[in-house]
Amino acid sequence: MHLAPGRYIYTDVERALLRRLATRLQSICGEEHVLEHEHDLFTYASDGLLQYSVVPPLAVLPGDGAEVSAVVHACHELGVPWVARGSGSGLSGGALPVEHGLLIVLSRMRRILEVDLDNQRVVVEPGVTNVAVSHAVGPDYFYPPDPSSQIVCSIGGNVSENSGGAHCFKYGFTTNYVTGLEVVLADGEVVQLGGKALEPPGYDLLGAFVGSEGTLGIATRITLRVIPSPEAVRCLVAFFDSVEPAGDAVSAIVAAGTVPGAIEMMDGLSIGASEQMAHAGWPVEAGAALIVELDGPAAELEARFDEIEALCRQSGATELRVARDETERTLFWKMRKSAFPAAGRISPHYFVQDGVVPRTRLTGVLGRIQSLSDEYGLKVANVFHAGDGNLHPLVCYDGHIPGEAERAEELSGRILEACLEAGGSLTGEHGVGVDKKRYMPRMFSEPDLSAFQKLRCAFDPDGLANPGKVMPTPRLCGEVPGPYRVHPLEAAGLAERF
Amino acid sequence: MQRPASAQEVAELLAEGRVTRPVGGRTKLDWGSPGSPAELELSTERLDAVVEHNAGDLTAVLQAGARLADAQAVFARAGQRLALDPPDLGARATIGGVVATSDSGPLRHHYGGVRELVIGVQVALADGTVARAGSRVIKNVAGYDLAKLMCGSFGTLGVICEVIVRLHPQPVDPVTVLAHGADPRELTRAAGTLRRLPLELEALDVRWDRRQGALLAQVAGRAARANAQAIAGQLGDLEVEIVAEDHTLWEDQRARQRAAADEQAVARVSFAPAELERVLRASPSAVARAGAGMAWVSLEPSPEALAALRTAVSPWPCVLLDGPEALRSTVDVWGLAEGPELALMRRVKARFDPGGICNRGRFAGGM
Ligand SMILES: Cc1cc2nc3c(=O)[nH]c(=O)nc-3n(C[C@H](O)[C@H](O)[C@H](O)COP(=O)(O)OP(=O)(O)OC[C@H]3O[C@@H](n4cnc5c(N)ncnc54)[C@H](O)[C@@H]3O)c2cc1C
Repeated sequence: MHLAPGRYIYTDVERALLRRLATRLQSICGEEHVLEHEHDLFTYASDGLLQYSVVPPLAVLPGDGAEVSAVVHACHELGVPWVARGSGSGLSGGALPVEHGLLIVLSRMRRILEVDLDNQRVVVEPGVTNVAVSHAVGPDYFYPPDPSSQIVCSIGGNVSENSGGAHCFKYGFTTNYVTGLEVVLADGEVVQLGGKALEPPGYDLLGAFVGSEGTLGIATRITLRVIPSPEAVRCLVAFFDSVEPAGDAVSAIVAAGTVPGAIEMMDGLSIGASEQMAHAGWPVEAGAALIVELDGPAAELEARFDEIEALCRQSGATELRVARDETERTLFWKMRKSAFPAAGRISPHYFVQDGVVPRTRLTGVLGRIQSLSDEYGLKVANVFHAGDGNLHPLVCYDGHIPGEAERAEELSGRILEACLEAGGSLTGEHGVGVDKKRYMPRMFSEPDLSAFQKLRCAFDPDGLANPGKVMPTPRLCGEVPGPYRVHPLEAAGLAERF
Repeated sequence: MQRPASAQEVAELLAEGRVTRPVGGRTKLDWGSPGSPAELELSTERLDAVVEHNAGDLTAVLQAGARLADAQAVFARAGQRLALDPPDLGARATIGGVVATSDSGPLRHHYGGVRELVIGVQVALADGTVARAGSRVIKNVAGYDLAKLMCGSFGTLGVICEVIVRLHPQPVDPVTVLAHGADPRELTRAAGTLRRLPLELEALDVRWDRRQGALLAQVAGRAARANAQAIAGQLGDLEVEIVAEDHTLWEDQRARQRAAADEQAVARVSFAPAELERVLRASPSAVARAGAGMAWVSLEPSPEALAALRTAVSPWPCVLLDGPEALRSTVDVWGLAEGPELALMRRVKARFDPGGICNRGRFAGGM
């Protein structure tokens, strides 16, 4: 790929330090769980965003929370930075290793510790996969946040990215389902944030931790809320000549007061690509497909479903297909979930963006993306969570053509700018990581970033947790500014404290 | 009393370094520990605009001093609402105060608390800067979620100047199933039955008053009547009625979250939902969110009564909300024990407000 990693040359001092750390780790986790050889470490060089790669000098696979704490404590004593890694499916380079640090891989910690359906809670270790949670509580209950990567991605990764999925428009995101966390802080200390009860007294550090991209500590034990599975589910796909009328249909459905379980859009390019993989027999000449899924109490669903069909037709749907059974519904979703992998069939390489726009600005921004695509002469396929305006433009390019990757990257940046200009966000679910940190100043001012840094420094004053991620430029924490100073008024006896 | 007209002016006042107390609608001013007297009272009354109501996007931007009731009236014209219904007897509560105290009402069941509904925040900080976090879109993971940190922080990390909230469509045809019962175990069992069913209830409350109780379940939607019948059929032995005009029922639930007189106390307990029975047994009278696991318990305003409640519901956290000053200055209002979590909170406080000027002493652990 085009961003070939440079090889990091270690100084003797660094080598000696890492060697000392490795010895400590072996006594904590056992020799077989400490990886020091390049051929063992290659697997961990990238996460899901392959254009970045750094082979870590050292990796450890702790077996439980106590081991994680001891490992992090050892790093703290020796001043070695570290990066946590779940399943490595992240799409922003969040789990990209640092050259001079340790990679802490949580994939051995995959026990489901407690299923407490009386209280609708599940307690898991961080390496448990997203789908395993729903399996553990099904079929009566389910865990709503459902990233497309759910078969592989870990709950720890979900917590750290505040992951979303197709059903989040109705059900909310990871942050709305985490009720408790055990966190190992950067000095190795263990804190319990929340538990099975909601809104305990004190600052909502749990809420601040979710979505912190591995920079505030390592979640070693996670309590999740699960909810009863919907009584009934119905799914349809509506085809349109272009994305504009499909966008109108989304607005009409939402304006009618209906909250679909999921409402997802694919443009012509991605329909064509997915059809080659999933073979659902969809009309490849269609300009857009809208998948609308309603779930909930059966009686309510019947009443609402007809309304949705009518609204799609009124907005100009050329064809409507209602999934007749579970097999067909699965096929609709296979089309949607094939979109990323299928992009590989229409282009040798692509960048995925994750910008968000207010729903009412969808049509305008999609038009802007189209004209940017024409301007750069690069195809952009679009598949996205239409209900919450979270776009996933796939910017297609051929990395073998000199300069094309750079142009594709520039185009991606212009798309993000268009999202921000429309009042949206850089990222809806993939996170900032290393990939989007340079765009942070376009969304946030210096005081905003400095407020973020205040939180980070409270958790990790030495900057050892996932350094170089999220913030656009490296920052140090410094000491906490001195204690309370006597105010001049007070000194003059004009104001009394007590 | 200062009445700044912009976030910038709030920040400038904070930069002067005086111990500051933000004031909204004065409906919950005495919540929290009594703390240190303020050198500066800072009213949000001139920050009272509904800055944006983006009906098509179901979002709104509100200045902190905007009254919740006024904002709701604006949203209602578009058939929408902010699904946040804390008790608000004089209709004076401001959005800033509701967010700062993380107050909520029966709709907490389906729509979550303040933390679920606030998607962006603008705060004036002790260092004299104005910072924003979050955004105008409901789905956003760029930067830390400082909005959650501010929710329920009682103004001790900075002054909330503006919030961005997520709205929802007004429900169609709400109706309430009301079931009477005098046995905490039976009420808990009935609540458990409803929690387990995929009903998508708007609200699920329990009321408990000196050995008399009731379960209230609100359903809405095109098929609300049919669903209400189905729910009634699940409640077995309880005496059930279906109430179409249910407004006053819920008003009453909300009112019970506050002390009816100055010489009463109300404490809020958070608990795992299956523990409802134990919480009811420990309470002279209470309203509870049976699904969320939160209860507002009315008790005699004495340190002994509070201590007895805490022992009876242990280990579940119990915060004193309303109560006479004499009580609040003698007990630990927050009941948060020293330990790593409180230590971490102190580190957060120290970074945001090193001089301790924001509502000094009003929060947990003397922060
Ligand atoms: C094909 C595909 C489809 C995807 N679809 C979606 C989607 O629909 N929605 C969505 O939101 N995302 C999606 N993703 C992105 C990705 O799957 C999610 O971000 C996921 O949550 C990452 O989990 P992981 O275990 O792979 O984390 P990793 O990639 O290993 O790590 C991600 C971040 O989490 C940190 N981390 C990991 N574990 C912990 C822990 N225990 N404590 C603290 N920090 C930790 C890491 O340091 C890193 O910063 C998709 C990815 C792929 C490849």
